[in-house]
Amino acid sequence: MSPLLSLRGLSVRYPGSKASLAALDSIDLDIAPGERLAIIGESGSGKSTLALAIANLLPGNALVQGAVEWPGLGRKAENGRDIGFVFQDPSASLDPVMRVGDQIAEVARANLGVGWRAAQALAIQLLDRVRLPEPKLAAQAFPHQLSGGQKQRVAIAAAIVGKPRLLIADEATSALDTIVQAEIMALIGRLVTEEGMSLLFISHDIALASQIADRIAVFRHGRLVEIGPARQIVSNPTDSYTRLLLDAHLGIDPHLEIDAHLEIDA
Amino acid sequence: MSRLFLRSPEAVAGTIILALLVAMALAAPWLFPRDPLAIVGPAMLPPFQDWTLPLGTDRLGRDVLSGLFHGARTSLAVGLAAAATSIIVGVLVGTIAGFAGGWVDEVLMRITDAFQTVPGFLLALAFVSVAGPSLGVVVVAIALGAWTQPARITRAEVLSIRERDYVAGARVIGMHPAEIAFREVLPNALPPVLALSSVIVAAAVLTEAALSFLGLGDPNRVTWGGMIAEGRAVLRSAPFLSIVPGIALVLTVLGVYLLGEGAVEASAVKRGNA
Amino acid sequence: MNRALRLIRRRLLGAVPVLLIVVVGSFLLLEAAPGDAVDAYAVSFGGDAGMIAALREAWGLDGTPFARLTAYLWSLLHLDLGQSVAFSRPVLDVVLERLPNTLLLMGAATALSFALGSALGIVAGSRPGSFRDRFLSIGSLALYAVPGFWLGLVLVVIFTVQLRWLPLSGMETIASGKSGFGRALDIARHLVLPVASLGFLYLALYLRMMRAGMAEVWRMDFVLAGRARGLSRRRIVLRHVARNALLPLVTMLGLQSAGMLGGSVVIESLFAIPGLGRLAQEAVGARDTPLLIGIILVSAVLVIAVNLLVDIAYAALDPRVGAGEAQA
Repeated sequence: MSPLLSLRGLSVRYPGSKASLAALDSIDLDIAPGERLAIIGESGSGKSTLALAIANLLPGNALVQGAVEWPGLGRKAENGRDIGFVFQDPSASLDPVMRVGDQIAEVARANLGVGWRAAQALAIQLLDRVRLPEPKLAAQAFPHQLSGGQKQRVAIAAAIVGKPRLLIADEATSALDTIVQAEIMALIGRLVTEEGMSLLFISHDIALASQIADRIAVFRHGRLVEIGPARQIVSNPTDSYTRLLLDAHLGIDPHLEIDAHLEIDA
Repeated sequence: MSRLFLRSPEAVAGTIILALLVAMALAAPWLFPRDPLAIVGPAMLPPFQDWTLPLGTDRLGRDVLSGLFHGARTSLAVGLAAAATSIIVGVLVGTIAGFAGGWVDEVLMRITDAFQTVPGFLLALAFVSVAGPSLGVVVVAIALGAWTQPARITRAEVLSIRERDYVAGARVIGMHPAEIAFREVLPNALPPVLALSSVIVAAAVLTEAALSFLGLGDPNRVTWGGMIAEGRAVLRSAPFLSIVPGIALVLTVLGVYLLGEGAVEASAVKRGNA
Repeated sequence: MNRALRLIRRRLLGAVPVLLIVVVGSFLLLEAAPGDAVDAYAVSFGGDAGMIAALREAWGLDGTPFARLTAYLWSLLHLDLGQSVAFSRPVLDVVLERLPNTLLLMGAATALSFALGSALGIVAGSRPGSFRDRFLSIGSLALYAVPGFWLGLVLVVIFTVQLRWLPLSGMETIASGKSGFGRALDIARHLVLPVASLGFLYLALYLRMMRAGMAEVWRMDFVLAGRARGLSRRRIVLRHVARNALLPLVTMLGLQSAGMLGGSVVIESLFAIPGLGRLAQEAVGARDTPLLIGIILVSAVLVIAVNLLVDIAYAALDPRVGAGEAQA
């Protein structure tokens, strides 16, 4: 089966920064349809640059080399309808002065070619799917009236309303407290399964990533240091840096059976 | 800092304009020793006719170029003095309000509100009308409407600074509150106020011009606003009499703005690099 | 709606001490000026020394400064702003007669500068650093340096003296016999130059603020998120960036009302528009301090009213206003 997304020799550099330090340094990576790939690394490892490069969201001055190809689509990917993107801070990624229902509906209208009324109906439907109580009322709310977890659910709804093939979650749970984090993780896992999306899960937290990912890729200083099945990376890492990351997470049990499909808030 | 400053074309342009103006103001009594209000030639001589009167004369036969030079003195002097007065008063009020807190703060801020509620130009008008037009009165009149903005900014800065460690430290070693306010807090609260100073100077120059345009400037001095008003009577036949001093006014204000923008940009770049 | 009512109540309560300070300040200015209200009255209606003394006692002007202040406050509470020396009529009557013209001038100048300024600001701010951005930024800075009264003269030279398109001064053609739409059009023609002279400074201000505000909003996450969600550039610029950058502009609308009232003094004098501003200049010319103080008081009330309206508009535009207390 051909991969959905294929990165070949992808390098990103920002002018002004030291030439020796590329934000991303010749990355080769494939994501299969329906696969869940986690990108792990500390801040500055290039993992967020990778996400932005895939979604063509890098700042204008970034110098990009290599290829981002979409064999699974047979064309260039378009944001919204092919790629869904969930950001770290839900308070910042939603427009503070627009009703959340409208913020989902405008994405539906831009990507699905539906009218405004149909888009609004879809928004309410989506709010229900991301388990916001009273979706009709919630659609009328402004972001500041929702909790952090609720806002992230709205952001997820806006990311998937265009029925994308790939969902990118860039530290999507790190701004939330532990209990809400688990709920959002479960929600992402469920939606990815139901929609048959691929997932690119970007996190600094290897334990969290191992709960949801099929494969884990470890990044450091813009390079891919190790990639493999999640269980293997967690239980038997070959790279010393990966081991270091794991040691920082004492108390994670590599043999623990994790069921990301379990809905904690169901 | 200075090299950064000169890299911005705005700052260079502003510096050149203001340097020329200051030169004009300083050279005025030397280049044009005669009273600029004296009649020196035929009335309404057009520009470029007589090399001793290059810009011609006004309706009463006064030298326009001499007026421009002497007007630069008044504009710059009043503008700078009024801006300095407003900044000093504003910084004092803001520091006291922010540092004292409580009812002192409350009273001072309500007074600030009141001054911001009355149109500054009307206040200046009323003050000059009651106190009589002279250079000092005009300076105070302009400052009456301009001290509130620096006061608010200083207060906000002081409020954020007074809880910091070095202020607490000064308290612990038993410094007098007034000493803490003016020696520890105030110097750190100044930069944002100074960043605003170009806007205050520009506004003061414009207010002075408007007052003298209405005939409320010092009658013994040449002002650009007065020259514009003077030329208005012969606007149809000799529009340049109003237009030329206006251009000087626009260039002055523009120079001040450009300089201010350049300074703010340069300090922003400097902070960005640090 | 409840939110707006609470806001209005709080603002009105807050305005009371401010107005009181304005009144006390006005009183001090009146005291500093030569002559008092009785002198003003006597100038209008005459009267011998005995009658003047009696009036002074009746109006409470013969007592201590504090007693005089109390008497002044008492008369203000009865909407009595004193007697105008120059017009021989109550100050309030003269002021209210002139107020509508000023409101029309200011309203038109505000509408023009806000609409055009924010629209051009969006044009400049939609592509930061582009040619049109730099052009508009420098152009607005230059415009910002132009004093309104001089701009007015230049416009008169161009449009009245040279092109003969627009009238020189006044509010409308005297004794034109026009009514209805024809009269409105005539007034509009008379107001073109004054509105432009008064408004262009603010146009530059709003343009610069809009541009700066948009530059700030561009850096926010939800703009990047909009691109990640596949929204068109047009929608991101208009519905998200400009919409958020508009909020501080609306606040500015209230803050600038005092400045614009001040500016209207010169512009109304220049174009001979019988409004509050020209009245102020006339009051200065006639040494009519009670009238000048009356204008200041009415202006202060006007500024408070405009700010109240702006606050209500702001609350309608920004859902976050008053959110904290709504839950309390």
